[in-house]
Amino acid sequence: MKVYFDNNATTPLHPDVKKEMIAAMEMFGNPSSMHSYGREARANVENARRQVADFIGATEKEIVFVGSGSEANNTVLSLFVCGSSQCIPGSKMRSSIITTKIEHPCVLETSECLAHRGVRVKYLDVDQYGKIDLDQLAGMLGDDVGLVSIMMANNEIGTLQDIETIAEMVHASGALMHTDAVQAVGKVPVDVRSLGVDFLTISAHKIYGPKGIGALFVKKGVPYCPLIRGGHQELGRRAGTENTLGILGLAKAVEMRALEMPGEEDRLLELKNILRNGIENSIDDIHFNGHPTDSLASTLNVSFSGVEGEAILLYLDLEGIAVSTGSACASGSLDPSHVLLATGVDAELAHGSIRFSMGRQTTRQEVDYVLNVLPKIIERIRNMSTAYIKGGLHAASR
Amino acid sequence: MLQAGDWAYSETLKEHFMNPKNILQGEDTDAFDGVGMEGNLQCGDQMMVVIKVDKEKEVITDCQWKTYGCASAIASTSILSEMVKGRTLDQAFHISPKEVAEALGGLPDHKIHCSVLGDKALRAAINNYYTRNGQEDKVKQEQVKVICQCMSITDHDIEDAVLEGARTYFELQERTKLGTVCGQCKDEAEVLLEKFKHIHFGV
Ligand SMILES: Cc1ncc(COP(=O)(O)O)c(C=O)c1O
Ligand code: FES
Repeated sequence: MKVYFDNNATTPLHPDVKKEMIAAMEMFGNPSSMHSYGREARANVENARRQVADFIGATEKEIVFVGSGSEANNTVLSLFVCGSSQCIPGSKMRSSIITTKIEHPCVLETSECLAHRGVRVKYLDVDQYGKIDLDQLAGMLGDDVGLVSIMMANNEIGTLQDIETIAEMVHASGALMHTDAVQAVGKVPVDVRSLGVDFLTISAHKIYGPKGIGALFVKKGVPYCPLIRGGHQELGRRAGTENTLGILGLAKAVEMRALEMPGEEDRLLELKNILRNGIENSIDDIHFNGHPTDSLASTLNVSFSGVEGEAILLYLDLEGIAVSTGSACASGSLDPSHVLLATGVDAELAHGSIRFSMGRQTTRQEVDYVLNVLPKIIERIRNMSTAYIKGGLHAASR
Repeated sequence: MLQAGDWAYSETLKEHFMNPKNILQGEDTDAFDGVGMEGNLQCGDQMMVVIKVDKEKEVITDCQWKTYGCASAIASTSILSEMVKGRTLDQAFHISPKEVAEALGGLPDHKIHCSVLGDKALRAAINNYYTRNGQEDKVKQEQVKVICQCMSITDHDIEDAVLEGARTYFELQERTKLGTVCGQCKDEAEVLLEKFKHIHFGV
């Protein structure tokens, strides 16, 4: 049996999206051209823009198509190193940004880079469930802060932040609010007006759309400066001939999400509970990561003590099950998941973490299959693990 | 389009991962003549190697292990346990991580550090055997030499940095912070950098 439980990494194309994109391959015109080929492409791109805008409660002009979620996040953060007061009025005064320790690397590494370029970056801690502390945020906000960037749903543990409340606090202090909603859009209701954000990031491939296309919501009237220059596309906000195929794919993806989302969250939550209880009842020495309730219904992150995550991942792969791990070994770095470490999980448990991320196609049979295979694999690895040698030798050499 | 199937690892490694050889069953090490353990759980890998020795010939007759670690760690301890049987203690002591990696059909660069603990644990087990048998004189210490006094970086740290991917002096500095204060350690560090690149990667 093949089980794909890695939907937070990426999702398979929705069949309707695939159809739409295959049809769109015939449409090769450049949306900037004035002839009929160009006009056809333009009409379709603008139609797609309306669909994406509608899906998140924005207006068309507030949607900028970009090359990925990462690009959208880079664009927003990079607004704050532009020294010109023409671009961002008053940004000279407000030269600090606030973000969290659990953001996606495309936010964290961009923030580090900004720090080298003179921006003061303040990082919010999270509690054991991955939630930020609003009091800490209140203490950090001030008239030096220009931007706050906080993800709506965390990709590793699924924890959801209260963006609405956060945005209110941020605006009260005079700063702008960005949320990376790559893992939230299409899974939980997202409405930019009720959230009250100034910028919001979307990526198509996490919602059964194509890879390499995303959208950035930029609230009307908010200061903006393009990351990629040299063209009038996207009203001068993102140069480069439009990825028409991707844009149409993204629009179809959100259209299908609007149809399929109702009822899906409850269904996935039930499956997650079955998975969670099944693991709890069949395997000892485990630790669930993330928030027990304020969390994506599709995401379950669990640590198995005494076993290393890459080994679990690869044994599961041999049984046809695809998952992710927060172990250092699988990522090529030496440190385990920065998200888990930020929640205060012990490094050993972070190395032994597995993320199951379900999706629209996940079935009860798949969950049962995982529950059948997983305990044997954990037992097998623990049997060869030094962590399970009790007594003196073990203790002495720690 | 290409099909899936190719792991980042060789077939030999995959085989040793799927069917590891000589896993120590249970926790009892009393039946063995030497026990060595290296690494720690916080860092993500730890290995224990136990050996039986033919005391007259000083030849390893059995080698078993436990490993907490990734696929490369499991497979490299498994293949090491096969390689050492029949070797003399002295031969076994000199098995290098490179030999282990070669026997596995090669390892991706960033995985080499996952496999260096096996031979370290083996050397610890051999030293443990010598100690237990009143041959302390034969115990070989792993020599550690401080290269960068300012940041107290040793030759082992340099070796680790190379195993983790440092190839230039700049990368070595980035990883270890060596040479970032007075800078007088640069020449010696560069010599060691080249040496370890040669030992581990043949470049
Ligand atoms: C929370 C989050 N932000 C940003 C990204 C990056 O999106 P993309 O892959 O489109 O660059 C991802 C996915 O990898 C993500 O999970
Ligand atoms: S000895 Fe290395 S910087 Fe001084």
